[in-house]
Amino acid sequence: MAAASPLRLWLTTSEPRSRMQARLGGLYQGFRRLARNPTAVVGLAVVVLLVLVAAFAPLLATHSPTAGGDLRTERLLPPGPVFWLGTDDQARDIYSRIIYGSRLTLTVVVLVTVIATPIGLAIGTISGYFGGWIDRVLMRITDIFLAFPRLVLALAFVAALGPGIENAIIAIAITAWPPYARLARAETLTIRNSDFIHAVRLQGGSSTRILLKHVVPLCLSSVTVRVTLDMAGIILTAAGLGFLGLGAQPPTPEWGTMIAQGRRFLIDQWWVAAMPGIAIFVVSLGFNLLGDGLRDVLDPRSVR
Amino acid sequence: MSLDQGALAARPERRGAAALAVLSGIAGFLLTLAITLFGLVVVTFVIGRVVPIDPVLAVVGDRASGDVYARVRAEMGLDLPLIEQFRIYLVKAVTGDFGRSVLTTNPVIADIRTYFPATIELATLGTVIGTLIGIPLGVFAAVRSGSLADQIVRIVGLVGYSVPIFWLGLMALLLFYARLDWVAGPGRLDIAYDYMVAPVTGMVTVDALMQGQTEVFWNAVSHLVLPACLLGYFSLAYISRMTRALLLNELGQEYVITARVKGLSETRVIWRHALRNAAVPLLTVVVLSYATLLEGSVLTETVFAWPGIGSYITNSLQNADMNAVLGGTLVVGAAFVTLNLLSDLLYRLLDPRTR
Repeated sequence: MAAASPLRLWLTTSEPRSRMQARLGGLYQGFRRLARNPTAVVGLAVVVLLVLVAAFAPLLATHSPTAGGDLRTERLLPPGPVFWLGTDDQARDIYSRIIYGSRLTLTVVVLVTVIATPIGLAIGTISGYFGGWIDRVLMRITDIFLAFPRLVLALAFVAALGPGIENAIIAIAITAWPPYARLARAETLTIRNSDFIHAVRLQGGSSTRILLKHVVPLCLSSVTVRVTLDMAGIILTAAGLGFLGLGAQPPTPEWGTMIAQGRRFLIDQWWVAAMPGIAIFVVSLGFNLLGDGLRDVLDPRSVR
Repeated sequence: MSLDQGALAARPERRGAAALAVLSGIAGFLLTLAITLFGLVVVTFVIGRVVPIDPVLAVVGDRASGDVYARVRAEMGLDLPLIEQFRIYLVKAVTGDFGRSVLTTNPVIADIRTYFPATIELATLGTVIGTLIGIPLGVFAAVRSGSLADQIVRIVGLVGYSVPIFWLGLMALLLFYARLDWVAGPGRLDIAYDYMVAPVTGMVTVDALMQGQTEVFWNAVSHLVLPACLLGYFSLAYISRMTRALLLNELGQEYVITARVKGLSETRVIWRHALRNAAVPLLTVVVLSYATLLEGSVLTETVFAWPGIGSYITNSLQNADMNAVLGGTLVVGAAFVTLNLLSDLLYRLLDPRTR
């Protein structure tokens, strides 16, 4: 303990000198708590790995993800030393396709989050802060969307907009925001009458300012947990749409689409369909484990 | 004794209040249901309008003259103002008229009537499996909370949340059908048995049993067991997790300590006292899980070539048959919405603490 690094001392000080130091210190404490939960660490590792694989895909891939090899000799080969996870019917290397597919998975998760979270936060905080008829109307709309079947609705949206990864993202985002709105509203209700909000109002802070600077930041942690827990669901929905031929179109190396293509050779060349499924499973499990761990760290109410 | 009399004296008034609560609960349920279903109709209408396929072209073809095009357009009511179009759409939707399917040429509602029972058959069996295994598993995990067994139950649940259902279905087919040959493959019946059972309920297993066709029944079971177990696993993941959380909550209550101090056996404390108090929320969990399976069977049905509403929607989708897609979406959506809100109502009606 005596050999504690100056950085750790700076992070754990009880008298932070700046807001930045306090914030980083808080993050560090949260990270320490997360690190004590072994399954959360595994989840975090999987997510970090996904980001790294997506970033360095060209370095990690051994073949082209879209261009096929020799159709006479390299089709549907089992896993081996040259093609680590085998090849598909177009003589493409499955390993390289999975590596590049991580980029798509990450794009879907990030874009859905970026679209759905602000919508949910805006609707939830406005609804909770203003109350009255605004609250009633917004929450009714939220409830309607919440009661909808998400996959079937996403299906119908994609059917209308046309298949493709962009439309799949939009469709998933449209069905993803309601839980965030509910959560943000509940959080807003607990803080809207607190003294510091009254103080800001007395100083002449506008509603926009109060919402953006004071209410939204306090809602972020519980919404973050929920978003992380939802990411696995987002990945699975995107893969499901891909599997039905409504998401990314071939030859894009999207994991769900790859499973759909491998389905025709399931009995004799099982690896074509099996390998991308393992990738989906590992990544969603990672997000689920991380979400579980984050909930314990960020959400003090659910601590067992 | 005196306590009993006091309770008796207070009863008429309480019963009145309870009846009022029940009535207002049901009224609220019906109102919410109506509003939500209306919202569902609005959404499918909007989806039907933004679809890039021109419905008139789908009927007349692209070589029709301008006259014919305009006439068909007027016949289909597409020249009316949007609000008027919506009114017609709404009236038709309420009466179950979703138009004709371009693919099967039947009215969509007739198609749905033949396909939906297959989905119900699958989802019901899945929920039964999930409940029968999920609840004991959750109880077990809660009682041994923190132990290795608890961790294993948690991992089983997490895997259920994380694995793509269509992929697991394919792998199960590969193993149990293609390699081990324990079960029959995709579809509902072997082709040899097709048309041997007259459809009464539309659920092959039930119809075969009712008509005494045991051979057909066992063939149907052999087709049904794999997709049902798969759906059952997903329902189990959710139900066991919720059971564990609910029971842990009850086990922390003081009445449990009282029951233990009274010297009741641990089995009795858990199953008769704690679980009974968790029964109402658990019931809503099971209803919710059933709703999710009705919807989630879309992917499973595709994998197992199960002729249910999910396959119907996806098949129609791939053939740009929008009437069928929207009709199917409306029916699945309505079933989902109703079950969803029903679970809410059950919770309010059955649990006196929420009054």
